[in-house]
Amino acid sequence: MDWTLFVTQLLNGLQLGVLLFLLASGLTLIFGIMDFVNLAHGSLYMVGAYLCATLAQVTDSFVLGVILALPLTALVGLAVEFVVIRRLYARDHLDHVLATFGLILCFDAAVHFLWGAEGMAIRLPAVLDGRVEILPGIVFPTFRLLIISVGLLVALGLYLVVTRTRAGMLIRAGASNRTMVSALGVDIQTLFTLVFAAGAAMAGLAGMMIAPITEASIGMGNEIIIVAFVVIIIGGIGSIKGAFLAAVLVGLIDTMGRSFLDTLLKVFISDQNAETAAPALSAMLIYVLMAAILAFQPQGLFPPKGR
Amino acid sequence: MKRDALSPANWTPRTWAMAVGLAILALLPGYVELTGATFYLDLASRLMILGIAAVSLNLILGHGGMISFGHAAYLGIGAYSVGIPAYYEIHNGFIQIPIAVACSALFALITGAICLRTKGVYFIMITMAFTQMVFFAFVSIEEYGGDDGLVIEMRSEFAGLFDIEDATRLYYFIFASLLATLYLVHRITRSRFGMVIEGARGNERRMHAIGYDTYRYRLVCYVIAGAICGFAGALLGNFTNFISPEMMDWTASGELIFMVVLGGTGTLFGPILGAAAFVLLEEWLSAITIYWHFLFGALLILVVLFWRGGLYGLVDWIGRAAWRKRS
Repeated sequence: MDWTLFVTQLLNGLQLGVLLFLLASGLTLIFGIMDFVNLAHGSLYMVGAYLCATLAQVTDSFVLGVILALPLTALVGLAVEFVVIRRLYARDHLDHVLATFGLILCFDAAVHFLWGAEGMAIRLPAVLDGRVEILPGIVFPTFRLLIISVGLLVALGLYLVVTRTRAGMLIRAGASNRTMVSALGVDIQTLFTLVFAAGAAMAGLAGMMIAPITEASIGMGNEIIIVAFVVIIIGGIGSIKGAFLAAVLVGLIDTMGRSFLDTLLKVFISDQNAETAAPALSAMLIYVLMAAILAFQPQGLFPPKGR
Repeated sequence: MKRDALSPANWTPRTWAMAVGLAILALLPGYVELTGATFYLDLASRLMILGIAAVSLNLILGHGGMISFGHAAYLGIGAYSVGIPAYYEIHNGFIQIPIAVACSALFALITGAICLRTKGVYFIMITMAFTQMVFFAFVSIEEYGGDDGLVIEMRSEFAGLFDIEDATRLYYFIFASLLATLYLVHRITRSRFGMVIEGARGNERRMHAIGYDTYRYRLVCYVIAGAICGFAGALLGNFTNFISPEMMDWTASGELIFMVVLGGTGTLFGPILGAAAFVLLEEWLSAITIYWHFLFGALLILVVLFWRGGLYGLVDWIGRAAWRKRS
């Protein structure tokens, strides 16, 4: 096997993994505390990308665009929580799913209205646009390295917040027993609103990070959000640790499957059959993984405690 | 008493709504023949196919409490079961439709066996994920058109006995299928089996305690619903003469749920009303503005927030109001 290709794809897989983590961590926290299923999380990913694209154009700087777009995405998240989602907590999952599905339709149409049907590209500054030699003979795009480091930094920050701060303690407590935390006098509603805004910002950040590579487009969140769901199912809904491990696992398996499954299959079956079967199989790989894990652990790798 | 329920004088508003609805559908081709507005025939055909799919989803969602967010997979599997044989020049409906039903049932059996081990939100997401799996599998099979889909050159023909090439004949074929589906689902929900399914939704632990293996009952119900929807998929493939992975996009599953909820969950005729409202709204709103998805989404949110009973609930309400006036 080609050694440089292998390392490059390993890094690409890691990059997909951290992006998935940025999305999945918000989802899993929102579900963990409020028992709320938010399909529209992918829309915030899209909104983040579009806001960043516009602001980067206006300020002529990608970095400034990200810095300005982050709080704005969080504000959009707050507005959504305040107008729609707040009224849904007491309802069942079917209502959550339907209403947030409606939100997706609204978001996609609104973006279409505001930004037009064409996608928006983001130009990177020259520093980030190049490639670096990370190991002898292996060059990798600088920007993808930046995505990996940003993702890992956010993961570390989130870990510290959740395990070391008072807010994090409340989040963990809320995830294991919401009623009890509320009975002890904690304003769980405000806590949740804050978590929702933070989740929106992280989803938006993921969108901003991918937009320079794929450009911002309508419905860009609708595909990746399902993969993010797969991640939190595998990781165990409500668990940040599970979300991180599952995100990296899914990112690696998906990327590696797409690039090396045909080579692997050629060992067992004829070349021609392998080339036909490999794309379909590699597209299904993460779902098979999810099915296999759920068959043994119906609540994921790190099931929520205390319920 | 039982015989009295059949005479129109004793019909409930719901029965009236159903009878009127079905009568309109039965007579529509005559109206189209007179006015030449074939557009309505297409609209009603689509409406009935989606209606069958929604009725099958309602069997698991409304009666069984299993919130499947992946029901469009069966529409896709059914449609491809017509499209792939047609691609190899096998146009016999007596082969295509059994394939559609069998493949859907098999897929429901395999995925259902895994999905039903999970509960609540896990179930929603895992059904969604499995459908996405089929979606991507078909996207990446280049032989059958991949992303672009596949044109079905010829509709199913039934071993020389009859064919559905003609739009009116296809319409009545779909209409008959709709009636058959309604009857089948009616019988299932009124049977002992249907009672167990309802019971398991209400209180699974209690059903367990009195000795029912609810997992098995649910799985059978899940497979039946999948098979019916697969059949609807075969009709859809025939109707559109074109199949693509788009049919089983997860948003299509969301739309099916919307139809069920809009019409009224757990009712026999509600999903058909929901499908009708959905198709008509889609037509109407998309004629107003290209940003109609916004209105559609907003409507969906409003329905969820403020109007839980669905259209069938509205029928009851009107019926009660009329009854009060009369007495």
